[in-house]
Amino acid sequence: MARLDAAIRHRIRARVNGREIEAMAEPRMLLSDFLRHTIGLTGTHVGCEQGVCGACTVEINGRLARACLTLAPQIDGCEIRTIEGLAPASDRLSVLQEAFRRHHALQCGFCTAGILISLDHYLRRKPDPTEAEIREFLGGHLCRCTGYVPIVAAAVDAANRLREVQPRA
Amino acid sequence: MKPTRFDYVQAETVAEVHSVLAAEGPNARVLAGGQSLVPMLSMRLAKPRTVIDIMRIPGFANISEERKAIRVGAAVCQEELLEWADRSKSQPLLEMILPWVGHAQTRSRGTVCGSAAHADPSAEIPLALFALKGEIELSSHRKKRRAKAEEFFTGLMSTACADDELIEAVLFPVKREGEGFAFREFGRRKGDFAIVACAAVASGKTVRLAIGGVADKPMAREFSLFDSSALDDALDTFAWDLEARDDLHATASYRRALVRRLGRETIEEARQWRA
Repeated sequence: MARLDAAIRHRIRARVNGREIEAMAEPRMLLSDFLRHTIGLTGTHVGCEQGVCGACTVEINGRLARACLTLAPQIDGCEIRTIEGLAPASDRLSVLQEAFRRHHALQCGFCTAGILISLDHYLRRKPDPTEAEIREFLGGHLCRCTGYVPIVAAAVDAANRLREVQPRA
Repeated sequence: MKPTRFDYVQAETVAEVHSVLAAEGPNARVLAGGQSLVPMLSMRLAKPRTVIDIMRIPGFANISEERKAIRVGAAVCQEELLEWADRSKSQPLLEMILPWVGHAQTRSRGTVCGSAAHADPSAEIPLALFALKGEIELSSHRKKRRAKAEEFFTGLMSTACADDELIEAVLFPVKREGEGFAFREFGRRKGDFAIVACAAVASGKTVRLAIGGVADKPMAREFSLFDSSALDDALDTFAWDLEARDDLHATASYRRALVRRLGRETIEEARQWRA
């Protein structure tokens, strides 16, 4: 049984976007703060810090999670994917990111990181969603300025293009 | 806000959890998916001295069917149970209610047992346990016991789980021959807490209707009168017995109206499902 003392920082090891990381955190540190302040991945945004808005959504061991509802020690030994892991190269956007750009699916961009990681996860598991299913799925994210119409249009477009790239068996 | 300081225990066995709970009681909190506890920590509504993470205890992530019940371990997330229920088809009410629990992005982390432990009066999982007459498996260094849902949920966010007890699993009865099921919920936003949620189980000549979101815990009643006006009267009595209160989200009379209307629809649907 490992007991991490409240008052000191402890070593956390994880694989973030395919890269091994090792950093220190107090037991009470939220994963959102750990990602942003400790390992410098500021693409994950912090909106409400109570799990409602979805801006901080990341993938932990292949499942979606709110980084603000996760304590840093909980991810020790886990595989994490954040928005920084989405683009295939530093000068190339993913199909989903390109679709967001074409459809003007972001204005201020605050909610975008969470929505992108969420949709990327969703479209890999469900390549052929209906618009209604996409809308229901996006219910887990709040956008306050762009509006959901272009976001849904981008998601539908990305799903169509991804199916052309990788036709289903 | 950020949580206050706490020790973090990564438990590897049930015995370890029992010993920490026995020693620290109300100052220790069990952490599973964290979807309810972590916001409470961040808002400092909960200030435990110790947080015990139970997610890595071997066997806790298991779902099994045993003696006419589906046993869901303490580390099973809502999404996993939904996937399992869709495949096994052994309890239709689970397939109906689980898509209404939070959002896909929180079901992937929030646990089934954690929702029972939190005991929010409008939550769907406690409602399903009530409707199906499920059970909660509790253990401590002293003993192991099973509590019936109706005894377990004692009020607003309070349960019969003692300070030194751990919820190891919850049990949902599997569907029986001739049973019918239905679920209806009304809320302002999809994924938000229900203003009124109804779950019905029809069997033989009766329908058991459970209501969430009105009283300070889910409440259930059996209905056997299906003559239209008699059922309306019985539902009206039930609606008043729930002692709805006005709050920010809805008035008491609106809640009673929803109980009558949604309750009736849910009962009809469960009876037809069976036929």
